[in-house]
Amino acid sequence: MSGVERRSDVSPLALSDFTVVTSLGRGQAATAAALHEGRSSLARCTFDAVPFATYAGEVAGLDDVPLAGELAGFDCRNHRLAALALRQDGFAESVAAARERYGADRIGVFLGTSTSGLLQTELAYRSRDAQTGQLPPAFDYAGTHNTYSLAAFVRATLRLAGPAFVVSTACAATAKVFGSAARMIAAGVCDAAVIGGADTLCATTLYGFHALGVVSDEPCRPFDAERRGISIGEAAGFVLLERPAARHGEDTLFLLGVGESADAYHMSSPHPEGVGARLAMERALDAAALRPADIDYINLHGTATSVGDAAEDRAVADVFGTATPCSSTKGFAGHTLGASGVVEAAFCALGILHGFMPGSPHTRSVDPGFRSRYVREGGRARIDRVISNSFGFGGANCSLVLGRVA
Amino acid sequence: MMRAYVEGVGLAGPGLDGWPASLPVLSGAAEHLPAPTRVTSTALLPPNERRRAVQTVRLALAVGAEAFAAAGRNAGETATVFTSSGGDGETIHEILTVLASSNRELSPTRFHNSVHNTPAGYWGIATESRAPSSSLCCHDDSFAAGLLEAMVQATTDRRAVTLIAYDVQYPAPLSAVRPIGAPFAVALVLAPAPTAATIAGIAMTLRPRSGAASTLDVPTLEALRRSTPAARSLPLLAALVRGSTTAVTLDYLAEMALALDVTPLAGVAAETGRSEPVAG
Repeated sequence: MSGVERRSDVSPLALSDFTVVTSLGRGQAATAAALHEGRSSLARCTFDAVPFATYAGEVAGLDDVPLAGELAGFDCRNHRLAALALRQDGFAESVAAARERYGADRIGVFLGTSTSGLLQTELAYRSRDAQTGQLPPAFDYAGTHNTYSLAAFVRATLRLAGPAFVVSTACAATAKVFGSAARMIAAGVCDAAVIGGADTLCATTLYGFHALGVVSDEPCRPFDAERRGISIGEAAGFVLLERPAARHGEDTLFLLGVGESADAYHMSSPHPEGVGARLAMERALDAAALRPADIDYINLHGTATSVGDAAEDRAVADVFGTATPCSSTKGFAGHTLGASGVVEAAFCALGILHGFMPGSPHTRSVDPGFRSRYVREGGRARIDRVISNSFGFGGANCSLVLGRVA
Repeated sequence: MMRAYVEGVGLAGPGLDGWPASLPVLSGAAEHLPAPTRVTSTALLPPNERRRAVQTVRLALAVGAEAFAAAGRNAGETATVFTSSGGDGETIHEILTVLASSNRELSPTRFHNSVHNTPAGYWGIATESRAPSSSLCCHDDSFAAGLLEAMVQATTDRRAVTLIAYDVQYPAPLSAVRPIGAPFAVALVLAPAPTAATIAGIAMTLRPRSGAASTLDVPTLEALRRSTPAARSLPLLAALVRGSTTAVTLDYLAEMALALDVTPLAGVAAETGRSEPVAG
């Protein structure tokens, strides 16, 4: 297209609205209150009668809100949680207003998930026909199992008709969609985008992470000397991203930069020296044209695994030194896997808007070998610019820089 | 309009054993003889990993390696976009079968192979690439979505990007609810500007759907295009081997289409001589 400059011309985009649902609560107000007060929502995991002791961030009430009518084919835990999030904070209304402004075909839908509606297929495999082995007739592959089904569901719910896809890069998925949307808007293929996504509890991830030996038997303790692994959570979060306009007031936050990298090291273990993590943070700062000293707070990936936290601490100290405050918010609602990117972007946005820095429930004593400035106790603080890290299987890394425009 | 230049192609499909061998089939000079998709062994992975690698990884790495060899470009420094309509069918089935049994112990390797970005992860390890990499899904339109993301990256980020699209079959019982044709994978190395390695230029517009998607004259190739989502790329591949600029239309979701003008090497050279800023 004409007008594309030589360098990347991905410029700051406004977060016109956002919403989030985790085990902390539904929507911005409940989430901000819990984060500000340092209240964790992790509880003993009873999901699907898992036979090992663990804690999880389970969202209550999803069994009671089936999808019906023209959306019945999408009915599964993941889309129920997505639907719940779309109803919070007036988000659907904000999207409807954007649809009026731009037209349904000019709003993209770029979402992330790792397991989509896989729980539905797990349940279907338990109900296979004894004679034929077939799945139950009610099972809807395209509406629930397929990785794209989340975007199909959100497009149908919000009545959008622009470009869409789902990014599935494990636990970096809903961070990377910020980058996809920014590029799409820069290229002119859409004027605004609904981004974010959802991931929900299922047996595959509970048993899978347990098999890897990284599931803690107590609530997760990120960056703690005695950390014992992750607590799995579930969440949905959405952001309406668009070019800055006169209607965006003082309290509007912006996506300032996205940095993506690959570890090139191992499928399920991070590079021990945090090389990929460092690259993602450096690239995000470059994209935002900011220096490390411009960042007021770092929201860590910090899942509380032994190697993951150590690698990230090293990368953070390498890029930022030892003065920039940082914390992992996984102790609040668990590791929400593919949803963690947008969830933690929302956590950061709430911290900026309400003037607090989230702490780290359950972390009692920070690993003495770590160099970064870890914030265990959150509290009131003015933060204007943050960086949020999301790292996933396959060595997929993504860092987001969010904040006010100076 | 978005514009990028194809520097290398990798291909694996039924009766389509790599790009050079497929040229006469795609141009109509040779008959298409569908045979089981042959995955040439890739030297990218060490032998023990090669044996253990799941089908999606073997397919994606094979076509990616072929495309980069043709392009003569460093895979370790090139961004990638992987796209697939599903994951590795066999891996998903094995996990679901174990979880439906009384002993629900999963294999850790099988678990990490179940994520959608498994081929991207192995690609990064094999090529030592720390360049950005994404892994997309758009059900039947996964190739179109991947091409859109790759063309947008080449245009806005002004850097080379490689698109790797692949699809494999599910075993029963999932195959009954999601039938997929023969395994198929394609890789395209795309550059933002013409280079010595350029074989064709692509100019692309996203537009509202009007009219039908491009089809293929050869019935067996057309059947493949319809049955395997990644093979929706075949009209574009056929246009790459034609002697003149060809318009190709790829369906993208219910409402849209990607309109491509594919110009082979000679046309690109003429165009490059004619105008200064060819890209953007």
